[in-house]
Amino acid sequence: MNDALNNIIVPVLYLLSAVLFVFGLKGLTRVRSARRGNALAALAMLIAIVTTLLDLGRVDYQWIIAGLIVGGLVGAIAAIKVEMTAMPEMVALFNGFGGGASALVALSIVWKVLVEPAYPGSAAAALGGASAITAFLSILIGSITLSGSFVAFLKLSGKIGGQPTLIPARHVINSVLFLGCVTAGIYIGFFSHEPSSMMMGALVATIISLILGVLMVIPIGGADMPVIISLLNSLSGLAAAMTGFVLSNNVLIISGALVGASGLILTQIMCVAMNRTLGNVLFSGFGQEGGSADAGEYGNVRSYSPEEAAMVLETVESLVIVPGYGLAVAQAQHTVKELADLLQKRGVKVSYAIHPVAGRMPGHMNVLLAEADVPYEQLIEMDKITPEFKQTDAVLVVGANDVVNPAAEKDPKSPIAGMPVLQVWEAQTVMMIKRSLSPGFAGIKNELFEYDNNMMVFGDAKKVLQEIVSEVKSLTAAA
Amino acid sequence: MMGPLLVGIYVFVLSIFVGVEIITKIPPTLHTPLMSGANAISGITLVGSLAAASSGALVMSSFFAFVAIIFATINVVGGFLVTDRMLGMFSKKKKKKATS
Repeated sequence: MNDALNNIIVPVLYLLSAVLFVFGLKGLTRVRSARRGNALAALAMLIAIVTTLLDLGRVDYQWIIAGLIVGGLVGAIAAIKVEMTAMPEMVALFNGFGGGASALVALSIVWKVLVEPAYPGSAAAALGGASAITAFLSILIGSITLSGSFVAFLKLSGKIGGQPTLIPARHVINSVLFLGCVTAGIYIGFFSHEPSSMMMGALVATIISLILGVLMVIPIGGADMPVIISLLNSLSGLAAAMTGFVLSNNVLIISGALVGASGLILTQIMCVAMNRTLGNVLFSGFGQEGGSADAGEYGNVRSYSPEEAAMVLETVESLVIVPGYGLAVAQAQHTVKELADLLQKRGVKVSYAIHPVAGRMPGHMNVLLAEADVPYEQLIEMDKITPEFKQTDAVLVVGANDVVNPAAEKDPKSPIAGMPVLQVWEAQTVMMIKRSLSPGFAGIKNELFEYDNNMMVFGDAKKVLQEIVSEVKSLTAAA
Repeated sequence: MMGPLLVGIYVFVLSIFVGVEIITKIPPTLHTPLMSGANAISGITLVGSLAAASSGALVMSSFFAFVAIIFATINVVGGFLVTDRMLGMFSKKKKKKATS
């Protein structure tokens, strides 16, 4: 009976779980099936967990039950309480936990097999060469994911500045640290013969990997955050796959690889949306070279009051709203929707232009506007809306900056040259709601502020929009 | 016959291709839910941590595995719930439109 369980039922259930993961992930790529896809993936996870418990048989469950309860409660509470605006940092944090778990599993195996029984040989001798290498890789990738995601979380939640922090000679430091980490990995894998040096080697590898994760994300500026979040997402999958190699567990390998692939695709999409390569994002420390120097001076900037903006909106027949990170910060998504509804009732054609990297994670604006009940048919992708700007009466830019910067097209020397941007300046009138003239995350000047058809409305996005809304209302009532 | 490592590498490489094939064209609306859902799937490492935590002994390896279970469970439970919450906001509108 037990043989049948271990040799047939367990592998079949694992296979079922892997298949459901594939279907779940596929479902997540279509709007219609996304929710079911997510549920399928959750079911796959449940099957994988139950199967593992079946496979383990009668063991000591105290750690397992305690861990599941604590983790489940923390995860559930965090997921239910989080504000939609705080979604990027939440995803980053969850992602870090996943990577950290993979590294900890590898460490636990090293301790259990080598350190605690005082095994008189290397990791390769005890586990086999391949498992020794993949255990090290899972420590390396998992720890980088953990600390990198944590730094991303701090940056996204504003607990540390979003500007890139560039350490002098960081490429040299990173290379030395990486070589040191690999050396420690080779040492525990093939040369260490006694528990204390094994323990030291594993700890050194872990700590260096954690530092590498911090150093990888610290130089990334806020505008590049969608890229790095996607990359960390991919890494957490790869770490799980490496753990799968150590345990010879195909479900881990399959689902880890799926996540790795999906993260890489998202990373690629984000890079294309910014006309940059991944290497360029990781190693260039964007927004530093000459950026701050020409960020400052503006001449012909015309500032308007919310009342004046409302009077312009009175007269338009078509309006395109361009949301950006400032919308998320000000939590202005509901007010934007209110304004859009008001104008639509007056017969104005309202749509939203969504730049792929607007906000701080892939698809950030879509989630925010969905929370405010904006129908997603009104959210138009960049490629589709571009030809329409010329026929648009007014564009309302709410808390976006770099994604509407004409320098990307007109100044070949600009750091963002070649990045696809929304050509809002082609419209009759552009209204930018912004807190100040300060540059966006790219740290460069935006000439659009000085254009003749541009109106700057300064202030907090939500407050300004509220004033515009009440103004439009009173104008409507008067008419 | 192939050793377990080779089988693992086959599985890994083919799974990456499967992943790339099924996720080629994602509408931008789903970028965040896809990432968040995939992120929850990466909590599969929970399976590994369960096996590692199966001895009740009070030693370092059990402690590592215990923390691994907590981390992975946060990732799994939080990830799937948050994704469902987000997707719920998308479908909420669909229903409204159907009734109106």
